[in-house]
Amino acid sequence: MLSFENVGLRYGSGGEILSDLAFSVAPRSFQFLTGPSGAGKTTLLKLVLMSLKPTRGRITLFGKDTETLDKDAVTDIRRRIGVVFQDFRLLEHLTLYENVALPLRVIGREETIYRAEVLELLRWVGLEERIASRPSVLSGGEKQRAAIARALIVRPELLLADEPTGNLDPTLARRLLRLFVELHKSGTSVVIATHDLALMDQYESARRLVLADGRLHVFE
Amino acid sequence: MSSNEADSPAAARRPATVPSQAALEETLGRETPLVPTSSIAGRSLVIVIAIMTFLAALSAGAALMVADASVDWRREVAREASVQIRPLPGRDIEADVSRATAVLVAAEGVRDVRVYSKAESEALLAPWLGQGLDLAELPAPRMIVVKLDDGRRADLDALRRELAQAVPSAALDDHRLWVERLGQMARTVVAVAALVFVLIVVAMGLAVAFATRAAMVGNREIIEVLHLVGAADKYIAQQFQRRFLALGLRGGLIGGASAMGFFLLSGYLASRWTATPDGDQLEAMFGRFSLGPLGFTVVGAIAAAAGLLTGFMSQEIVFRQLRRLDRAE
Repeated sequence: MLSFENVGLRYGSGGEILSDLAFSVAPRSFQFLTGPSGAGKTTLLKLVLMSLKPTRGRITLFGKDTETLDKDAVTDIRRRIGVVFQDFRLLEHLTLYENVALPLRVIGREETIYRAEVLELLRWVGLEERIASRPSVLSGGEKQRAAIARALIVRPELLLADEPTGNLDPTLARRLLRLFVELHKSGTSVVIATHDLALMDQYESARRLVLADGRLHVFE
Repeated sequence: MSSNEADSPAAARRPATVPSQAALEETLGRETPLVPTSSIAGRSLVIVIAIMTFLAALSAGAALMVADASVDWRREVAREASVQIRPLPGRDIEADVSRATAVLVAAEGVRDVRVYSKAESEALLAPWLGQGLDLAELPAPRMIVVKLDDGRRADLDALRRELAQAVPSAALDDHRLWVERLGQMARTVVAVAALVFVLIVVAMGLAVAFATRAAMVGNREIIEVLHLVGAADKYIAQQFQRRFLALGLRGGLIGGASAMGFFLLSGYLASRWTATPDGDQLEAMFGRFSLGPLGFTVVGAIAAAAGLLTGFMSQEIVFRQLRRLDRAE
């Protein structure tokens, strides 16, 4: 599904901030991507999302070398990936309902067709009361759940979540982790970037990809 | 509860409740534009497009009026010729006028012949020689005005030869030189108006391009999110196109309506002014100084084209910029 082969990244003429990354993510797998703050977890996720180009090495997504993809192919692959951003990236001028429905709207689905699906997901993440609200009036936890709902609405084959429980209390964090585990059991590969050890301890059977000093260590 | 109340910070602090049916229907049934209205300098762009459309419509309308008037001038002038009989020593000018008149009346394609009397011919010289001058002793030429038939074209070269044989001092002027000069002047005015029109369209295009690029910079984060949730470049470009098309149509409508109002008012004022000498000169230059149905159709088309051009250009610019961004976001 996803593989990195000797991937390196540097900005400008500086030294490499990520070096010799080599790992793969199998279908229906669950892994935590961890490491200290500033280790490059978000940068690694950007490489997967093709928001950044590696300066060397090869990244393969769904069997395709990302270096050779044209823009249409990049768009097609992004539609198979759900992303939860650390800073949520909700569009401030849209309602919560419209934010969650955004991935369906951009692929041309009719609002009347996806309405029930979006409402059901909002109910599932406990935000059904807030559908008409704009992100600016939501709490951090509500924004987090909205961002997660937006990532899940397309039933992605690969889910990338960057610090998804960073703004949540432990109870809600556990609930959301269960949500990710359920999603994994239904067939989605999940990569959760976090430095929350307590969260990882709740799902000890998950793989751990540890990023430190620009290098990645895999613990099965 | 209105949506404003629902979205207020106060509402956020209230305990979560199930939203009212009205709020549900409002949010469920609509699709908020993905490019926020406030992120585009909308009012300024509408004003710029309205001014450009107004100026473009004025230049096009002026070109149409001059072109129409020049057709009228040329038609009028081409329908007429004049014969000048110069007095020659030893010749009876009255007899020469009669002979020339007989030749003209008998000629093919001549509809009417009007001989100017001696007094009328002398009156024609008054603007050059001054009023109150006794021209009786001067060898003043005589003038014959010939109206030509629209249906049967007169062979003016043959007529000129025939006249020369009958009256050696007769000179036939078919006004060709005057017609050519009028035509040349009209073509120059139309060309200048067309150039002004093109410059205005280019300036409008540049204004739209700057506004589109500024809107893209202002909405960079939205574009990035749209990309990451799977929006194709074409879809994103269409979102910008919708916003700019609406602004362009609004500007075009204001500019086009103003131009139509201007031409209607000008036509009205000109019709009240035609009795004066200045008004007559203006009418000679621009015809009736009012646009016909074709002119108003052209102004309407320019207004619609301004809106469509704005939408099309913004989509193309966004599309090209997105392709340039590639993956180095």
